[in-house]
Amino acid sequence: MIRFSIPRTMLALLGSFLAICFWPTESYSDLLSGTAEEVGLKVATESRENQKGFGNFTASLTMTLRNKQGKETQRSLRLKVIEIPEDGDRTLFVFDHPKDVKGTAFLVHAHKEGPDQQWLYLPALKRVKGISASKQSGSFMGSEFSYEDMGAVEVGKFTHRFLREEPCGDLKCLVLERIPKSQDSGYSRQVVWLDREELRTIQVHYFDRRNEHLKTMVVEGYAKYLDRFWRSSTITMTNLLTGKSTVLLWSDYKFGIDLDTKDFTRTALKRVR
Amino acid sequence: MKLLRDIESRLGSWVIMLRWPIIVAAIVLTGIAASGTLLLEFSTDHRVYFSKNNPQLLAYHEMEDMYGKSDNVFFAIAPENRDATSALALEATAWLTEQAWQIPFTSRVDSITNFQHTTADGDEILVRELVDESAYSDAEERSRIREIALAEPVLAGRLLARDGGVSGINVRVQLPGEDKLREGAGVAEYTRKLADEVQERFPGIDVRLAGMVFFNQTLMEVSLKDLRTFIPASFAAMMLMLLLLTRGFFGTFAIILVVTMSVMAAVGIGGWVGLPLTSPSAVAPVVVLTVAIASCVHIYSTFISYMYDAASRRPGDRGSRIRQDAIVESIRVNLQPVFLSSLTTTLGFLALNFSDSPPFRHLGSFVAFGVGAAFVLSITFLPALLSLLPVRVPASLPRENSAIAMLGKFVVRRSRKLLWGSGLIVIVLVAGIFQNQLNDVFLRYFDESVEFRRDSEFIVDNLTGLYAIEYSLPSGFPGGVSDPAYLSDVEAFVEWYREQPETIHVNAITDTFRRLNKSMNGDDPAYYRLPANRELAAQYLLLYELSLPYGLDLDNQIDVDRSATRMVALTQTLSSKEVIALDERVLRWLAHHAPNIAGPVSSGTTLMFAHLGQRNIISMLVGTTLALVGISFILIFALRSWRLGITSMVPNLVPGALGFGIWGLTVGEVGVSLSMVTAMTLGIVVDDTVHFLSRYQRTRRELGATSADAVLVAFRTVGKALLTTSLVLVAGFVVVSFSNFELNSAMGKLTALVITLALMADFLLLPPLLMKFDANSDGSLPPVNS
Repeated sequence: MIRFSIPRTMLALLGSFLAICFWPTESYSDLLSGTAEEVGLKVATESRENQKGFGNFTASLTMTLRNKQGKETQRSLRLKVIEIPEDGDRTLFVFDHPKDVKGTAFLVHAHKEGPDQQWLYLPALKRVKGISASKQSGSFMGSEFSYEDMGAVEVGKFTHRFLREEPCGDLKCLVLERIPKSQDSGYSRQVVWLDREELRTIQVHYFDRRNEHLKTMVVEGYAKYLDRFWRSSTITMTNLLTGKSTVLLWSDYKFGIDLDTKDFTRTALKRVR
Repeated sequence: MKLLRDIESRLGSWVIMLRWPIIVAAIVLTGIAASGTLLLEFSTDHRVYFSKNNPQLLAYHEMEDMYGKSDNVFFAIAPENRDATSALALEATAWLTEQAWQIPFTSRVDSITNFQHTTADGDEILVRELVDESAYSDAEERSRIREIALAEPVLAGRLLARDGGVSGINVRVQLPGEDKLREGAGVAEYTRKLADEVQERFPGIDVRLAGMVFFNQTLMEVSLKDLRTFIPASFAAMMLMLLLLTRGFFGTFAIILVVTMSVMAAVGIGGWVGLPLTSPSAVAPVVVLTVAIASCVHIYSTFISYMYDAASRRPGDRGSRIRQDAIVESIRVNLQPVFLSSLTTTLGFLALNFSDSPPFRHLGSFVAFGVGAAFVLSITFLPALLSLLPVRVPASLPRENSAIAMLGKFVVRRSRKLLWGSGLIVIVLVAGIFQNQLNDVFLRYFDESVEFRRDSEFIVDNLTGLYAIEYSLPSGFPGGVSDPAYLSDVEAFVEWYREQPETIHVNAITDTFRRLNKSMNGDDPAYYRLPANRELAAQYLLLYELSLPYGLDLDNQIDVDRSATRMVALTQTLSSKEVIALDERVLRWLAHHAPNIAGPVSSGTTLMFAHLGQRNIISMLVGTTLALVGISFILIFALRSWRLGITSMVPNLVPGALGFGIWGLTVGEVGVSLSMVTAMTLGIVVDDTVHFLSRYQRTRRELGATSADAVLVAFRTVGKALLTTSLVLVAGFVVVSFSNFELNSAMGKLTALVITLALMADFLLLPPLLMKFDANSDGSLPPVNS
């Protein structure tokens, strides 16, 4: 019996050694175990969780809209975001350019379940209007981004599935498919590339209702804020059907601002400058 | 000239000597040329009708660049009880609206059910689809929907008939244009499947289809059907004619073989050169088929008649020896006229290259290749083949007493009366030319047997207009679409346009602004007007755009930097002249009344096709004139006689002029394709003249005959061949006239008419002219040493 115990110990040691060498981390192997659906949900949830806890931030955004012939036009806006625990984020957009919409403010209360709430302050009318749209999947300010492409992806609004692992540029990516639960979405599905290390969105392919590849979103220029939160500087959305594209340039990220939920209310909208 | 004469007399013997190499070479070369057929592609895009520099095409592209392509599929939903807002009709419309997203390349779907209706609820703006499921069972809700839709300028008269009987769904598709044939066909196929499915799921609902994609698809389907039926039909008609007229089985076989090879070579060379097949150029095989036959018939009938002569003179001679002599002789007398007539026919068809519309140029080139191939084959391959085939000498041949010879005698006897009589008839009928009106109605490009035509007419009668004139209205600066001065000019323009008698519907952004203004002010009807200032308008637009669903955004109405909007006017079915007149009136109005619209552009397929006819007529007049001058010079040079050359212009010109005169008196409408007929027929018509004149001159020169005697000889020798070729040509073009594609069928009819008139002119008008103007000279040249 003793004769066998030594090799057995050896085997166990060797096994652990191999495991340490070839499996990058314990949590990573956990993440990828289970059915494709389970893995998909786990990865999506973890990716979302990684982004949580920032509290609030502000940023500036310039949108460059380009048509097939290369004709361009720009829009610029600022936004403030506050995190609401156990619910979606609240976002306030303030438009700066073009001049004729300067001062227009758009407030969104995203919800984990059910439709988002939205209000728009029109300085020319000096009034706040609630917007209730049944199918809000159209273009955001004439860009190639639709409203549903803009906000944070709430895990509960999709069914997720893990597809594969593959290299993406210099990184290694996990490729996930997510299918919107809402009938009103403009998409039949999305395929998302998340980098393996940080689970940041690197690229998304959007498939239209015919399941044709309609748009591609590429996210670049990630930088880390507060030592934890990754934010990108450039997001490009290309429409393969029309040849049009939109580039979002993010700048002036600021975290931990003196903001609270009172700044994200209907009445607060009017005070926005 | 001596050299030419040498070639004339020696070519026949060379061909007989080298007959096997010639036959093998002809078959191999034809095979190589014909393999180009594999490279041919059918083009189904209506844009191919326009040359690259066509100003209307450029404007169209500019507009496509700004607002996206406007290729579309249009469904008309026609309930049996003529109530488009009944529960069943609404359900069917909603179902189809949803399913239409599955049509390949769809970028937008508009109908009454997904119309984004804005209403106010206190300080909340509601943007909803006009119809939701609960409406199906709620009669009150349905009548509210009907009321709203009929009062909504975007919908009434476009997506809902003004009497509420029929509704429509417009689907915009963005064909990538990489594989146009398959893309369009895929869209059409899916659409038809959907239409069938609606009729199955919702009994009592009839679905009709229209739109640019179907126009293009129908063009292709009709052309392919034409190709499939015409080529065999032409072959059959031709074979029958040849058998009847030549009474020789082997001769017919040899000719058909040559013609088939010419067609294959023509189409194949076209493929090698990269010509696309389109509805007009798809008739090329049939045209080549008919045109190529002429040379063969002339060579063959001379060959037969010499064989007969020789056989009766030398009854003891061996068949093959007679055959070879007859071939040599036939080549000798026919080389010049066959070469000339091929050259002139080629010139005539090449004149189509002056057309502004590429498909007609392609037709000209295809046929020119075919005529070239037919010429080469008919002086090499045909005699080589004939020398091998056991062609028998016919039992009888036209002699002095044959009908055609009798006709010759009659013409000679009555030449003076014929000259004045036919001259008078010509003048009267030619005056009919002025009865022709340029009138292209492209919805009527297909005859009533074609579903697209019937569906289009149903839609025009019951729902809306299918003629769309698009306008891009620039404000002159970015963001200018919100400028009140600009918007009020656009609004005035829209109001004015709606009052025009031709107008059925006008779609413009100003209606959206008015509706938004009303909703933003608590749905107060007093606010159904343009926003008061630029900021307000821009902010409304921002709000509206934030609320729209996928595919219903304003991209197709406003350009990327918000400096221009697109307005679309739907009109009644108009002729091209009326379309152009309307457009001119509109642009004039804009120039005078809309100072804040900076440089409006009008465009769209309707306008493009309307201009196409006019541009073509002008370009073809130039082309035809040049071809005529060229052909006349060739004849003057070849016959080496100014007198004969100029005399020949009369029978060359008269048939075309007469044809259009008769057309003017009977039909009176001229479209794009007919502008081609003069150029096309010119080359063919000249053939008859060439053969007649060549034989006439040869007789005068070689036998020193008088003008009248030479006419008699010409009648006797080439009369029957002329009759045969003309009948075959007429038969071929009559076949084309059965096309369901109006452009081709009108072309076929008029061409057949012109060719008939040409034969009459050569038989009845040319001889009296020759006897009058060529009577005194004893041959137009000093005797040639022969």
